[in-house]
Amino acid sequence: MAMLEVRDLHVQFRTDDGLVKAVDGLSFDLERGRTLGIVGESGSGKSVTSLAIMGLHRSSDKGSGTEITGQIRLDDEDLVSSSAERVRQLRGSKMAMIFQDPLSALHPYYSVGAQISEAYRVHNKVSKQVARKRAIDLLGRVGIPQPTVRVDDYPHQFSGGMRQRAMIAMALSCDPELLIADEPTTALDVTVQAQILDLIVDLQAEFGSAVIIITHDLGVVAEVADDVLVMYAGRVAEHGSGGDVFLQPGHPYTWGLLSSMPRLDVARLERLRPIRGTPPSLIHVPSGCPFHPRCNYPPQVGGDRCSTEIPVLMETGPGHRVACHLMLAKQQELWAQLAPGSATAAAAAAEETAAAEETAAAEAAASAEPGEDVTEVEAT
Amino acid sequence: MITFIIRRLITTVFLLVVVSIITFAIFFLIPRLAGQNSYELAAQYVGRNPTRSAILQMEQKLNLNAPLVVQYWHFLWGIVAGTHYNSGPSVTYCAPPCFGYSFRSQQPVWPQMVAALPVTLSLAIGAAVLWLIGGVSVGVLSALRRGTLFDRFSMGVALAGVSLPIFFTGLISLELFSYKWPIFPNVTYVPITTNPALWARNLVLPWVTLAFLYAALYARLTRAGMLETMSEDFIRTARAKGLRERNVVVRHGLRAALTPILTIFGMDLGLLLGGAILTETTFSLPGLGQFTLLAIQNQDFPEIMGVVLLAAFFIVIANMLVDILYAVIDPRVRV
Repeated sequence: MAMLEVRDLHVQFRTDDGLVKAVDGLSFDLERGRTLGIVGESGSGKSVTSLAIMGLHRSSDKGSGTEITGQIRLDDEDLVSSSAERVRQLRGSKMAMIFQDPLSALHPYYSVGAQISEAYRVHNKVSKQVARKRAIDLLGRVGIPQPTVRVDDYPHQFSGGMRQRAMIAMALSCDPELLIADEPTTALDVTVQAQILDLIVDLQAEFGSAVIIITHDLGVVAEVADDVLVMYAGRVAEHGSGGDVFLQPGHPYTWGLLSSMPRLDVARLERLRPIRGTPPSLIHVPSGCPFHPRCNYPPQVGGDRCSTEIPVLMETGPGHRVACHLMLAKQQELWAQLAPGSATAAAAAAEETAAAEETAAAEAAASAEPGEDVTEVEAT
Repeated sequence: MITFIIRRLITTVFLLVVVSIITFAIFFLIPRLAGQNSYELAAQYVGRNPTRSAILQMEQKLNLNAPLVVQYWHFLWGIVAGTHYNSGPSVTYCAPPCFGYSFRSQQPVWPQMVAALPVTLSLAIGAAVLWLIGGVSVGVLSALRRGTLFDRFSMGVALAGVSLPIFFTGLISLELFSYKWPIFPNVTYVPITTNPALWARNLVLPWVTLAFLYAALYARLTRAGMLETMSEDFIRTARAKGLRERNVVVRHGLRAALTPILTIFGMDLGLLLGGAILTETTFSLPGLGQFTLLAIQNQDFPEIMGVVLLAAFFIVIANMLVDILYAVIDPRVRV
């Protein structure tokens, strides 16, 4: 039994514009000591998933119109059906979270030390002095110089990287077994990003906790994640080990993400190829495979299967699952042409652009897709 | 923090000097700019239908022929050391702090204001406590239960509170609770030193009436502030720590939402201390508001000037206190 098991998770928000299906049937496992990277564009349901795990989105939230079904099992305890009070007790102690923008995520009126102590004292009956010592100790461990002095500083006196370190110290205050980092490096500059990622990796090794890193930066995932979950429109597009997803990706969406990422190890012969179009509205999710309006390969599948039939997650290798109608052999063949650095990639790119234009034109002529009103639903 | 307070104190003293200059200019410079000579000016400081010699005497007493700078200096010095108004044989002494002498009522202004101040102080501070507690708690509850019946109802009442004038709500409350059901009969001011129980009992209606207006305003402000604060990222962090919702709301939400309220509170209280004219008149309380109103009706310039200075003093001091409190609450302000 894995430490975290998510089974058929649905998160929906009732809004004035309609029902937003932010997460639509998500399942995955996470073992202790492993790092899972969840990637996807804005509005793919990454953050909502993490907030649902933390119990920060709950069906019982008054007036929020939130509906959560499925199971989130943390050490065999289902969080979806537990009481809000029980989830609150777990929050911050057994599972903790690091947020994207550490300046706005820290309270401006309380010192960094007070905020870390507070997190510790919620779950441990200790005196203020003990909690303060703990805060100093944690600040030292996350690499804040002179922690005995800086503990009394306020967030605005910290640099961006130090604030994120302080956030990490706060999250680690109760030795959580599950650590969720929601875009932990997005608001930081590149050199600091690397330091923060190293820190998370080091601390994970030290604490042995399971880590979920949510990001749209594939570089981050490549660096730290054991497993990768590619999300699209609230569903899993592809799930596998880092090696599987980066070296033998099976889903055209993953191909798109990889091709739009700049790389240093490949000669710059070709331009980056962005994925055309924009993420779909989560109110009017395209029929069939949600990615089909932006995909270049429905013709390879044949018929109108892509626009009518929702692809199921198929095991294409040990622990590697892909939700695509393309046959496995076809997937491998197409990726071989696309993979950056392959001889045919440049040619394929040109061909693909032409094909893309054709499809786009055909599509525009065919019908007005309901996915046109793109409402970006990023739960905050 | 200490330097911040010292700097703020210095600014306050400077501000008070500026206020005194402006007030002085309003009463002594602007009439001249409008073409009045010192004789006409002096005529306004004596009683009705004065004789020519009385006016000339007053001109001399008030030193209206001296340069303005000298007059201003006399005025400042009077506050510190008292003033003798001389004109030959008749000498009028105004003891320090001399905020002018009313030759119409034949008494110095300061003792009159000192007599009226406790009334206004009792009224304003009592009401302020009520409206701050009432307004903020209703605002917080409304924000947390946004869209519920409670929210709609309290915001409806708040709208009524903001819209209804004091002399309406005050008279209604007097009619109901003083005459029809005499729970609070004979609303008159009794000093707290004489009889604290009666002091409080007689002030209940004025307090509630005045507080209702402000509580309504504060409830709306607090609600808006809380709605904004509760959607901040740091609130999500507080929840992610596993804090109880009550602590999330009070320690993290309310603390941040209260700072703008505090600013307005300082202004409002400072303003009210200078006299709550409508409430005092409605309930016949002999406070600074009534004193001001009478002074205006009698065109008693020294009295008006004294009360203007005192009111300005309260506002300046209240603002200084707010600034210091702000720095205590928000560490980003301390520089």
